Amino acid sequence: MALVNIKIEGQSYQVESGLTILQAARKCGYNIPSLCSYMDGRCSLASCRVCLVEVKGARGLVASCAYPVNEGMEIFISSPKATEARRNSVELLLSNHHQDCLQCPKNGHCELLEVSKMVGARPEKFKGVQTPSTKDELAPGLVRDTSKCILCGRCIETCKALQGIGVLGFERRGFKTIVAPAQNRSFAESPCIQCGQCVLVCPTGALMEHSEIANVDKALKEGKFVVVQTAPAVRAAIAEEFGAKIGTTGTGKMVAALRRLGFSRVFDVNFGADLTIMEEANELLHRINHGGVLPQITSCSPGWINYMEFFYRDLIPYVSTCKSPHQMQGAITKTYFAEKHNLDPKDIYVVSIMPCTAKKYEKTRPGQESKDGLKDVDAVLTTRELARMIKRAGINWNKLPEEEFDQDLLGQYSGAGVIFGVTGGVMEAALRTAYKSLTGKEHELIKFEAVRGLEGVKTASIDVNGTILKVAVASGMKDAKVLLDEVRAGKSPYAFIEIMGCPGGCINGGGQPYVKPLMLPDEEDNILETYRAKRASVLYSEDERQAIRQSHNNPDIIRLYDEFLGAPLSEKAEELLHTYYNANRETFTDKK
Amino acid sequence: MAEIIKNQSQLLERLKGCHECFEAKLAGNDGKRHILVCAGTGCLSSESAAILEELQKLIIEKNLKDKVEANKVGCFGFCSQGPFVKIFPEDRLYRGVKVKDATRIIDEDIIGGKVIEDLLYVDPATKQKVEKQDDINFYKKQLRISLHGCSLINPEVLEEAMGYGAFEGLIKALNTPRQEVINEVLASGIRGRGGAGFPTGRKWQFAYDQVSEEKYVICNGDEGDPGAFMDRSILEGNPVNVIEGMMIAGYAIGAKNGYFYVRAEYPIAVERLRIAIKEMEACGLLGDNILGTGFSFRCHIRLGAGAFVCGEETALLNSIEGKRGMPRPRPPFPAVKGLWGKPSIINNVETLASIPYILREGAAKFASIGTEKSKGTKVFALGGKVNNVGLVEVPMGVTLKELIFDIGGGIPNGKKFKAIQTGGPSGGCLTEKDLDTPIDYDNLVARGSMMGSGGAIVMDEDNCMVDVAKFYMEFICDESCGKCTPCRIGTKRMLEILTKITEGKGTTEDLEELKELANITKTNSLCALGQTAANPVTSTMTAFPEEYEAHVVDHKCPAHICKSMMEYYIIPEKCMGCTLCSRNCPAAAISVTDQPAKLPNKFIHHIDPAKCVKCGACLSGCRFGAIIKR
Amino acid sequence: MEKLQAKAVEQITEIVHRYKDEETPLMMILEAIQSEYGYIPLEVQELVSSLTGVPVAEIYGVVTFYSFFSLTPKGKYVIGVCLGTACYVKGSQQVMDKFEELLGIKPGETSADGLFTLDALRCIGACGIAPALSINGKVYPKVQVSQVKDIINEYRAKEGAN
Repeated sequence: MALVNIKIEGQSYQVESGLTILQAARKCGYNIPSLCSYMDGRCSLASCRVCLVEVKGARGLVASCAYPVNEGMEIFISSPKATEARRNSVELLLSNHHQDCLQCPKNGHCELLEVSKMVGARPEKFKGVQTPSTKDELAPGLVRDTSKCILCGRCIETCKALQGIGVLGFERRGFKTIVAPAQNRSFAESPCIQCGQCVLVCPTGALMEHSEIANVDKALKEGKFVVVQTAPAVRAAIAEEFGAKIGTTGTGKMVAALRRLGFSRVFDVNFGADLTIMEEANELLHRINHGGVLPQITSCSPGWINYMEFFYRDLIPYVSTCKSPHQMQGAITKTYFAEKHNLDPKDIYVVSIMPCTAKKYEKTRPGQESKDGLKDVDAVLTTRELARMIKRAGINWNKLPEEEFDQDLLGQYSGAGVIFGVTGGVMEAALRTAYKSLTGKEHELIKFEAVRGLEGVKTASIDVNGTILKVAVASGMKDAKVLLDEVRAGKSPYAFIEIMGCPGGCINGGGQPYVKPLMLPDEEDNILETYRAKRASVLYSEDERQAIRQSHNNPDIIRLYDEFLGAPLSEKAEELLHTYYNANRETFTDKK
Repeated sequence: MAEIIKNQSQLLERLKGCHECFEAKLAGNDGKRHILVCAGTGCLSSESAAILEELQKLIIEKNLKDKVEANKVGCFGFCSQGPFVKIFPEDRLYRGVKVKDATRIIDEDIIGGKVIEDLLYVDPATKQKVEKQDDINFYKKQLRISLHGCSLINPEVLEEAMGYGAFEGLIKALNTPRQEVINEVLASGIRGRGGAGFPTGRKWQFAYDQVSEEKYVICNGDEGDPGAFMDRSILEGNPVNVIEGMMIAGYAIGAKNGYFYVRAEYPIAVERLRIAIKEMEACGLLGDNILGTGFSFRCHIRLGAGAFVCGEETALLNSIEGKRGMPRPRPPFPAVKGLWGKPSIINNVETLASIPYILREGAAKFASIGTEKSKGTKVFALGGKVNNVGLVEVPMGVTLKELIFDIGGGIPNGKKFKAIQTGGPSGGCLTEKDLDTPIDYDNLVARGSMMGSGGAIVMDEDNCMVDVAKFYMEFICDESCGKCTPCRIGTKRMLEILTKITEGKGTTEDLEELKELANITKTNSLCALGQTAANPVTSTMTAFPEEYEAHVVDHKCPAHICKSMMEYYIIPEKCMGCTLCSRNCPAAAISVTDQPAKLPNKFIHHIDPAKCVKCGACLSGCRFGAIIKR
Repeated sequence: MEKLQAKAVEQITEIVHRYKDEETPLMMILEAIQSEYGYIPLEVQELVSSLTGVPVAEIYGVVTFYSFFSLTPKGKYVIGVCLGTACYVKGSQQVMDKFEELLGIKPGETSADGLFTLDALRCIGACGIAPALSINGKVYPKVQVSQVKDIINEYRAKEGAN
């Protein structure tokens, strides 16, 4: 990459050509406030006008997020004119922003608030009416409050460019403009997959997870037997909420915190993941051996399941009927676990801590019940919500000891379960078990490197006793489309496909902590490029540390089948651990 | 016409034939008399189509087919006097023609050889009847370059355009190296007619310098400035001229495709453009390997759909790309990365309409017209409180006084000139002191306004400048795309303040805040729409500070426009007690007092301000001038 | 969600197909549908989305951006009062007020009998004959407030005659 010489604030620097002023300035250590640009400035509408700077010779002020550096450019961030202009842009935004900051769940992560501080915005500098707003709380996964929206367009771009869906768009024009699904419908009435990627990029409280903290509070208060189960990806990120660097393992402290919050049992969904593998690998083998529909496609990501029902419903026969791990575990908790402990399943309240907003929706789906129509899972909290609960309780994260999950029937887990949290993980876990089933022996490598890594689409061919098993992995709906179109066209060469709704898998789920470079001064410059790999490494190293690496070798799983389920795909297993899909789901509905 | 014109000599031959034909027609050498009927939007709304139909019917009925022909032509420009009918070879202009006048035109003029006196234009000052168009003051100072052929040729017949200079410029261009064509345009000094006045040749040069298989020429016909309609008239009057300009641009920069982006509100312009493109395709003047020169070019039409901001060139590109018309940040400039990411130039209709002239007559001739930095002519849409309303094309450098008083005939009803708004919602108000200013790009900017597309709205003493500023701000606020913060929110806040002031609730602090917001919108906005949005506010505040002060300090509207600060009042001394006003009043706000009025047994009337809805019905109805606004 | 009739599906599919050779023809498609049906409801946008691959939210964003497009059916007669500058300074707002008063609707609304839609227009380029208004494309020059009643009655009479 060619270098150019520029001056910022009179100091000379050499930076890569092709960078925007904003990118170059950040690399040189200058933090220019900005709102509409994201992905480190790679995406920008240049619309918020918060990042204005002066450039010698340029006509007027320029938006640093969109203006490329060139040889000899002289940039002035601190000139009175630019300083005042940035402040004014923020002040205008604030005049049309619902400022209930004290109660806003985004407080602490709000970029608008951060930028307001940076520019020294004056209170109520400009006053006037606000754009008529909508608060959409109908969807179980997401909440949209346009009164807080600053029209930066990040969510629109994310939904369209990253996920290839485009549920959100600008609507109307001028002062009346809002960001909304078509016709300002609820997410629940639109083909929104509730993956929450939009929430991750939203700079304000306009897009949030639909919080269920209050429900959990109530269950704890009522003295129910509240079982909490945490997804693998949560441990890979929760420490970030307490100031740790991205890539820090949070397992032990998280367990300790949950125990202090008053949960009756603290379990790991990794157990459920192992159970899923048992069912899913056997389903695959059954399809292979009995001429069933292939490829089989995984079903653990509810974002993907939503997407499939909206846009690829013809692929339903290909999709595994397995419930997702936490739903399976919830079902077992309310049956097997309840029986063993002589508990009335009605008194058990299962809370899942998930990196995911779509899981909030998933638990409400029909076909996610155990005995007597009881929901498998009662509440789903995101990683962020759990962090809020921990902070709220006055728990000092750094002082917490490292504790172990409860070892009570559902306590053990294998390394295979852990890696569910990263793209390719389910595939790898399934391969470990399927290999054993097909060949009668363990795969010598354990690791299937070909399905690791954060590329959008990965493929591999595994030699199983001379038969080549072709598999593919995709994360993020835009990348998945390639594989899905092949299946639809009847041209898919694969036997098994893993699909995750979010790019990178659950470690980058819509319920995970925000990665906002503006507010993470201690992280390296390219954190947006590296955070997923850092979180993934947490899971892979935990896998490495496990004595048991394959789901079928998890003793609690073996006992569960022995004592309760019989065998994978048994009648009981089908009843409790499998589900069905909706071939007639409407993209736009009228629920109001 | 369907026969393909294969090479230049064939075209030249055809042009010669058409030209002779056309000349003969004007001179009466073809043994016929010709009746031209205006078919511009203005005249069509006054039933000029029916006039033409009636004339044609009469010609057949009276067996005059061999001696008389009636045809439509484009806009005459003097719309307030329409519909126009012109007779050749006498070059006689009838105005204000009605359908029933068709019989008279045939009987009295065509057959009887008599001038129909009452259809002639009457000079308001001298009361003299004027027979020839060029003798009318409105036309005297005009010079038609971009309006070339309008009101003279039938815009739906290609041969007519070809008989009047079409393609001479194109042939010249095709025989000139591309860089030299650009040099010619550079040398002409022509600047973009649609907005900020960027030199057209430089725009072309940027695009020419880009290496790309595909480039585009885009004609900006999204004439959104409320009060300007020259682009529409040009497209309606001589679409071939604009297509030719576009082809020359395409040849020069190396583009094979051109896009017309025209407002959907201009159906006639679009239709005539379609006809012209179709006819040119039919004879090979558009398509592959035009005239065997190796130059290929195709024209496409895209319609705007009612968004003022799409006149901004990057918003226009987004609109063609099927998106919301939200401007893009620059760089990259369209000349580098424009339509579908390819190098593109966007030229206004009027600009492209001037290009054939520059090639045909030479850059030097074009550059000899106008001022030092603003060359050629400019079309203005003169409107508002001025006697002669219409479209005028004048050399750059005429003064506002010439425009308003010589061409425009001054202010109606003996009222006093107050201001002229040029440049539409992006422009500003110029006043008495600016009247002797020669109009060009730089002079207008120096005085806080701009050329814009050439709208020129005259205001008299009855206009309230705060109300005018509010009108424009309402427009901009409504038309803001909503993308960038200062334009979306800043204009709204300004509108709120202006509304407050016109409602009589303003304070001096509001004026300060208004100034501050105007400045923010100017410096912070993404595109020209936002950057210029506050111009009407700033210029009226600068030129008429006392009027703003009257509103916020005395809470009075000196022009009696702002309803909440004015009242209707019956002057007791003048009231005859006729009761008409009280009968007209929709709000029953007018009552009778016990004071006797001038008429016997009648009593003086009185308006109750609390009940009055300020509709003005009483004032317009009073025959004695007894009711005033105060 | 209302379902489109088979005939409408066929017609809209034909319209989309008509522009298949054009690059990014969304505006052209929407313009054709608007002209054909007078409005572009969400169901139609969904169909266009499935035929073109453009997300519905984006189509909806385009439809609501341009004032030429309408989400609801317009009246049989669309009265567009020009509020461009030239018309405004010549009193077109008063003309608009009169229409509002006599029809009992605000700009953008349609009368209960479905006969009239009132629209505020931004300059129809008829400044020479200001104040101007257009009804279904027919332009009325130099309209006076006193004419408004007659204009409405003209169309009402037309309806009565049918």
